[in-house]
Amino acid sequence: MTIRIAAPDTAKKGEVIEIKALIQHPMETGYRSDSKGKEIPRDIITEFECSYDGETVFAANFFPAIAANPFLTFYTKATTSGTLEFTWTDQDGESWSETHDLTVE
Amino acid sequence: MMRACLLAFLTVTACTEASAPDTTPERTRLAPGEIRSGYTFLQPQTQALQDDDFANPGFLWVDRGDALFHEAAANGKSCASCHGEEGEELASAAAHYPAIDEDSGELVNIEGRINLCRARHQEREPLDYESDDLLGLTAYVAYLARGVPMSVDISGAAQSWYEKGEDYFYTRRGQFNLACSQCHNESWGKKLRGDTISQGHGNAFPGYRLEWQSFGSLQRRLRDCDSGVRAEPLDYGSDTYKAVELYLAKRAEGLAMESPGVRR
Repeated sequence: MTIRIAAPDTAKKGEVIEIKALIQHPMETGYRSDSKGKEIPRDIITEFECSYDGETVFAANFFPAIAANPFLTFYTKATTSGTLEFTWTDQDGESWSETHDLTVE
Repeated sequence: MMRACLLAFLTVTACTEASAPDTTPERTRLAPGEIRSGYTFLQPQTQALQDDDFANPGFLWVDRGDALFHEAAANGKSCASCHGEEGEELASAAAHYPAIDEDSGELVNIEGRINLCRARHQEREPLDYESDDLLGLTAYVAYLARGVPMSVDISGAAQSWYEKGEDYFYTRRGQFNLACSQCHNESWGKKLRGDTISQGHGNAFPGYRLEWQSFGSLQRRLRDCDSGVRAEPLDYGSDTYKAVELYLAKRAEGLAMESPGVRR
């Protein structure tokens, strides 16, 4: 799965930073049929979590109405230098992760 | 009375058949000054999605292609070994495709060129059409040429391909019995269902279509047009679609490459 993260590399202490996260995923709803009329099974990401220096700062549950290649934008306050870890987990428990290091001045 | 009616009907029918109008579409052309990218027909939100190099989902495939471009094959060669670390040797190449492959004399599109390179220089198997890997490499190569005006060579061996593509463009097909030209030359700017008909240029492809919720090649887009008029779509990589790609590229001459574009 291709993942794209956009977050600042450095921030001032107390600054509110914008974080963007995009993952390639079909988010197949389970409500569609293929050209032969056969049901296409559901295949979706169900959970997203972003932790900052080990603490969860943003989390979301996904449902079939979320579009393919889900794109999230959220904000957090820069408190200390540490790692942002992004994790997506699908309905079968498979997960994909990416990290981004943030230096707080 | 009945007989008279029937006779009248037959006479009318016979007359209609005898003077059936020629419905072959006229070979209308877009005037050079009125050529417009499909981008200008999009809603502002969709334009914004294409313009944002992070939010544009097409970059998921560009990133994948970037990684594959630098991946060495078993013989030690990667695409970057020949074409430069940042693909600088390819800078505007995609704007000049399809083109004639000098070795075989055949017309190849970007997808075909990538597979030829894999076979000739990397001793690798060809990638399947519409596989994420081939889309990724195509997206990366097209992205290198972003902003470059499209310009293809239709002289020499390409001439007959160009003419074949042109014939396809002006031929009615499918249950709706429509030629490409009837929508994209004669009716662009008018409404079709909830959408505005564009001029049908391929400069955003390979690109991301919201309808697909995915990335696709220009040939996938052509297949959609064919099934839209209820014609049988042709196979991926078919000679006819390659010829249509060449015709469309010449028709869109001067338009800037937008891949990875976003379309409705």
